[in-house]
Amino acid sequence: MRNLLGIEEVDRDAMEAILERAESFAEVGRRDIKKVPTLRGRTVVTLFYESSTRTSSSFELAAKRLSADLVSVKAAGSSVDKGESLKDTVATLSAYDPAAIVIRHPYAGAAQMVAGWTSAAVVNAGDGKHEHPSQALLDVYTLRRKLGSLEGKRIWIVGDVLHSRVARSNLIAFRRMGAEVTLCGPPTLIPRGIEELGCEVTYSLDRLEEADVVYALRMQLERMKDSFVPSLREYAATFQIDTRRLGPRQLLMHPGPVNRGVEISGEVIDSPQSLIGEQVAAGLVVRMAILYELLAGRPASPAAFGDGPAAEAAAPTIGQPA
Amino acid sequence: MSGLPPTGDSGAKSAAKNLTDLLDVRAGQPADLLLRRATLLDPVAGIDGVHDLVIRGGRIAEIAAPGEADANGGEELDAEGLHAFPAFFDPHVHLRTPGQEHKEDVETGTRAAAAGGYCGIIAMANTSPPVSTAADVAALREQARAGASVPVGFVATVTVDMKGEELTEMVELRDAGAIGFSDDGLPIRNARIMRRALQYQQLCGGNIALHEEDPDLSGDGVMHEGAVSAAIGLAGVPSVSESTMIARDAALAAYEDARIHVQHLSAKESVDVVRAAKAAGVRISAEASPHHLCLTDEEVRSLDPRRFKMNPPLRHESDRQALIAALRDGTIECIATDHAPHHLDEKEVPYEQAAMGVTGLETAFAALHTELVLPGVIDLALLVERLAGGAAPFDVPRPTLAVGSEANVALCDLAAEWTVGEDGYESRSSNSWAEGRTLTGRVLVTVAAGQVAFRLRSFSLGVA
Repeated sequence: MRNLLGIEEVDRDAMEAILERAESFAEVGRRDIKKVPTLRGRTVVTLFYESSTRTSSSFELAAKRLSADLVSVKAAGSSVDKGESLKDTVATLSAYDPAAIVIRHPYAGAAQMVAGWTSAAVVNAGDGKHEHPSQALLDVYTLRRKLGSLEGKRIWIVGDVLHSRVARSNLIAFRRMGAEVTLCGPPTLIPRGIEELGCEVTYSLDRLEEADVVYALRMQLERMKDSFVPSLREYAATFQIDTRRLGPRQLLMHPGPVNRGVEISGEVIDSPQSLIGEQVAAGLVVRMAILYELLAGRPASPAAFGDGPAAEAAAPTIGQPA
Repeated sequence: MSGLPPTGDSGAKSAAKNLTDLLDVRAGQPADLLLRRATLLDPVAGIDGVHDLVIRGGRIAEIAAPGEADANGGEELDAEGLHAFPAFFDPHVHLRTPGQEHKEDVETGTRAAAAGGYCGIIAMANTSPPVSTAADVAALREQARAGASVPVGFVATVTVDMKGEELTEMVELRDAGAIGFSDDGLPIRNARIMRRALQYQQLCGGNIALHEEDPDLSGDGVMHEGAVSAAIGLAGVPSVSESTMIARDAALAAYEDARIHVQHLSAKESVDVVRAAKAAGVRISAEASPHHLCLTDEEVRSLDPRRFKMNPPLRHESDRQALIAALRDGTIECIATDHAPHHLDEKEVPYEQAAMGVTGLETAFAALHTELVLPGVIDLALLVERLAGGAAPFDVPRPTLAVGSEANVALCDLAAEWTVGEDGYESRSSNSWAEGRTLTGRVLVTVAAGQVAFRLRSFSLGVA
């Protein structure tokens, strides 16, 4: 795997490899010294054009745990504010010869474009409403730890599917791991034609009891303005996952950040059925595994000096034929 | 200039015999050419077969039996195995001048047209600033006379600066030579303004070409709404965004007995509306673009805005099939490229941020020949007829091979294979939807308004 641009292009074997690697990093995480030297001397750039807490902090910590040098750039306060194009920003950062660029961008396809402009491995940390592959991987990881396997499990993804890259990536990943996926939300927030991805669509929570896992999506507060829903109050009354609707054997997930009392009630967030905390913890080890899978097997660029045996071997020596 | 009498579509303007009666081109040497043993095909004039075609003084002088004609001192081309068609006419081109000459101008845009086999084009008015005054039209006509390789007509905007609020001085614009009217790039949102424009057409004549889209339904959509947009998370433009506006304007045109031309039809629903309107006697014509006839929204999975982002968007295969059926039955009478040059800076950004539009003049014939004629979807004769069909809606005389007419001829090698973009473009911009495709069929020579407008560089002149 050269880049991680979307879960769409990661087959089941490649997913399994990352998940197994993540297991071994979970082991490391239980030690006193949680750092491994794998990426020593190599540089990871995180480039975030959107606000983020979980994804940015877990990628940054993942890079540090792997002993990489980290450059973290946020669009706000950078040259992006001065009108620099994505292409020029990437060219600038590529001059540091990074091993990986982790990018979040408000528009679909940004990570893919960046991959065309740099020799670094590119990790898509969310591009518009398109994909969020590391989220899908950490959610699969979390569920596998809890359930053993996703084979035949019924997962309901509930809420604003239309504006959710998490819904798209998770739908693909869950199905690839053998689960059956149902999307549920108001018709205004379910994209027309999405059932062609191989899922069921329903506009009602009536059959929610069928689900083994309920994956609630964040309901953005501004959606009311565009009349996607008449009111958040009505939305909550119709689609909120609360103690009445969530059965005792069902697991609850959410990508965060949660709007307490909108898409899920406070009681279920804090219930033992909620995996929200596990998801965040999984984020770190899965993102370590992603960086490891992309970079560890890949020789450092010959342009970098003092970067381990691979680089030394590649460096031309005077007097020897090239 | 004095006001023209009300013309409608049957007045003085429609009596034009030559393209240059209505359009402007750089004056040059009238062509004296003999196309020896060319396969002529002009389905409208009923000309079909191998002949010698003689162009003398810029007019079709003679169609003779193969090998019989005399070059009479003119240039002779060995056209054995080559096809000569009436040159094509594109009613929908963006020349980007004034204001965006880094994308295109009259000279580069008309060179691209000539290279595509076109003998005439109509330039849209969504420039910066838009073409909204008689002085704007006069200045553009001046530019065309100074540097256009093929005749150009200029539409003026329907509303001042395309704001959709007040009508332009339509009578004066027509007097200044505006070929018609269009706010292309934007719909005319307000039905009352639309109705006023149709009423005013009774006074000033000139067709009104419409970019049909309901901006409220389109919202922030950037591609066709369907399974692909759902799968890749791009906001969709529903087909009904187009068809509902066409239905509104067809009803208004019927009510005012006015004439409208619907631009770049993209959706099956739109085809249905136009077909029904025609059946009801509404004076409505319609065009479709080569990219909508060749591609579907599946291409957008690549997230490549340079080739696959345009408005209206590429739609579903069932829409493409509906457009082809409409092309066959005449619901769509012409092919228009909507040639929309953009600088790479506006295309080398994520899909949602990129400018909308693709170029098409240089590839239209070859692409449609490759994608529709060679697989047997449509006949060559139909393609040739529809590629020149854009003249009639604007009262421009249809290019023809008939003896005695102004010479407007595209000489093509239907077997030639070429890769789009390999040798660059005549256009100043490279956002061709066909970039990298290998096409079969190539324009070798274009004669426009009696002048040789284009000659492919590698085409050797086989003087017998």
